[in-house]
Amino acid sequence: MTAAAIIASAGAESCHPWPRHILTPTDWAAMAAFLVADPSLALVGLWADTTHVHALFLTEAEDLPLLASVPVEAGAYTALSPARPGAAWFERLIHDLWGHAATGGMDARPWLDHGLWPHSAPLSPRPVPPPAMAEPPDFLPPTEDGLFQLPIGPIIGCIDDAWHLRLTLRGETVERAEARLGYTHKGTLALMRGKPPRTAARFVARLGAEATVAHSLAFALATEAALAVAAPPRAATLRRMMGELERITVHLGDLALLGDAAGAPGVAATCGEQRELLARELEIAFGHRLMMDCVVPGGVAADVGPEGMRAVRRGVGRVVTALPGLRRLLESSACLTRLVGLGRVDRQMVHAFAAGGVAGRASGRRFDARQLRDERSVTAPIDTTGDAAARCRLQLVEIESSLRLLGRLLDTLPDGGTSVALPMLSGEGIGCAESARGDVWHWLRLDHGQIAAAFPRDPGWALWPLAEWAMQGAALEDVPAIQRSFGLTASGADL
Amino acid sequence: MIDPRRFWRRHAADPGPTPDAETTQSLAARLDSASQQRLGRSLAICHVNAGSCGGCELELRALTGVLYDLERYGLRFVDSPRHADVLVTTGPLTRTLRTALEQAWDATPDPKWVVAVGDCAVDGGVFKGSYAVLAGTGSVVPVDLTISGCPPTPARLLAGLRALLEANAR
Ligand code: SF4
Repeated sequence: MTAAAIIASAGAESCHPWPRHILTPTDWAAMAAFLVADPSLALVGLWADTTHVHALFLTEAEDLPLLASVPVEAGAYTALSPARPGAAWFERLIHDLWGHAATGGMDARPWLDHGLWPHSAPLSPRPVPPPAMAEPPDFLPPTEDGLFQLPIGPIIGCIDDAWHLRLTLRGETVERAEARLGYTHKGTLALMRGKPPRTAARFVARLGAEATVAHSLAFALATEAALAVAAPPRAATLRRMMGELERITVHLGDLALLGDAAGAPGVAATCGEQRELLARELEIAFGHRLMMDCVVPGGVAADVGPEGMRAVRRGVGRVVTALPGLRRLLESSACLTRLVGLGRVDRQMVHAFAAGGVAGRASGRRFDARQLRDERSVTAPIDTTGDAAARCRLQLVEIESSLRLLGRLLDTLPDGGTSVALPMLSGEGIGCAESARGDVWHWLRLDHGQIAAAFPRDPGWALWPLAEWAMQGAALEDVPAIQRSFGLTASGADL
Repeated sequence: MIDPRRFWRRHAADPGPTPDAETTQSLAARLDSASQQRLGRSLAICHVNAGSCGGCELELRALTGVLYDLERYGLRFVDSPRHADVLVTTGPLTRTLRTALEQAWDATPDPKWVVAVGDCAVDGGVFKGSYAVLAGTGSVVPVDLTISGCPPTPARLLAGLRALLEANAR
């Protein structure tokens, strides 16, 4: 028996396009036990609603999503964190938002809830008054006496997200890095509940600005799957274009920051300039520099006219022209050399946390959410070195492949409508999209056209623990470069 | 052979010449009208994230790039509120970051300005009414300037910050 077989043999609920299997608490516990010795299932996400806990797995052999749920009994369910370290943060999240406890969990400390909300468990049917909590929040106790603790954040100073990183230092070497998120928790799930998908899309687009298109797209696909509608072909192509354009701008932005952190101001200036020039064209084409609110459930918010298309071509052409120079700059500057060997994560770790995107592929995990859908032709390049230099090189390669794909899409953009009306029906769906940082998943259940429950899984859930792990043993001065090489943002995972 | 005296002789620059009193006076008179404008034209900005989605940061970061080159206007980002004249806040102000914002404000030396950047920071934006957020920067510290937009474009940000610079110079 394997964990996957237990899940597959359980009865399924009609979730589209992948069914959701409802396990009994006994079967769920058995599955959790099997998972320990079974690396073939990667845990992508774990979340809850008022009555059930849901897990999203991916079979590593053929990249098939597998959904499993268990009813919560007496406020508890069997934890998955003994088998999958990535589950620990999710279990803390489930406790903070819905109040379900993970029996046998590895970490019972609060996560999003810092004890400052008007109630705890705000998404449970009966929120309770908040417990008294330590602020600053409790961190792991020091491993031994005499080590120095360096707290960073939540106000970082440089223009960045709000997060807290606690470094335990032995001399100049990082002994342990522990991240604490939750500072940018805005209560997005509560805001989405009870709203029609078109309205809720505004919150989805603001989960994380650097994945706004990917989040909007995954959410739109989930909604469309739940309601059994499809976006018109023109909208589908425009969405793919926006996805690739977002990938290029985010990679350019990341390379600029990485160049800064790695002491290569030339790289930083060039990438920053290209990013800005492209953003200006995007404003002309889509009406928003980041393409926020441009992808909506049912299609796209507005069609792109000939003037807009010219702007996209201009933007793409400019990056194409600049790319060889950028590659030369990167290879001739000290940047890549400086990054070699920094923040190395091995294949096992990226599997353990189901990390996707550049971070996953630089360590040999080839999953790319685009291949799950219509884009079988996309062949994401992989590397096995797993260090910051590998991630940096892959970013450049991905910009190139996105540019090629955009060239094809621009030539084959079909005519026709750009959105369909959404029926006021009930249903359940799941969708995914590949952001620049990895796979974004959205699950939702609609009740007569309104959101009854939803959950977005941001790539940050995998990247942060991976970065914590990669910082261990690094020199303190390398920490910024390692952090930048993962493209860590807090907002998407903070909800 | 090293001269041992160099270890105990104190190095100091030559004393400067005494300024000519007459020239100083006439210069001072000429400069007086313009001095505030010339000398007051520099502001140090510290960014405080109060729970943003990251969009406002992207646009603020763009300002520091080569195309906008903020520094040529005398505006520069510093990484501590202790060195700042201006706090630029983003995000709807989550309850969790309230203390951090208050502490940053307390740490900023007087006179100080607070600029709320983005719809979120202005009044909570789309997140208004959520259990986890307060209604923007103004709900905790006094705001001198708001720059709306979700996110505001770099051009708008620049216009706003330069207005602050002009006002400061008067
Ligand atoms: S104003 Fe808009 S872009 Fe800025 S933090 Fe708020 S939601 Fe994000």
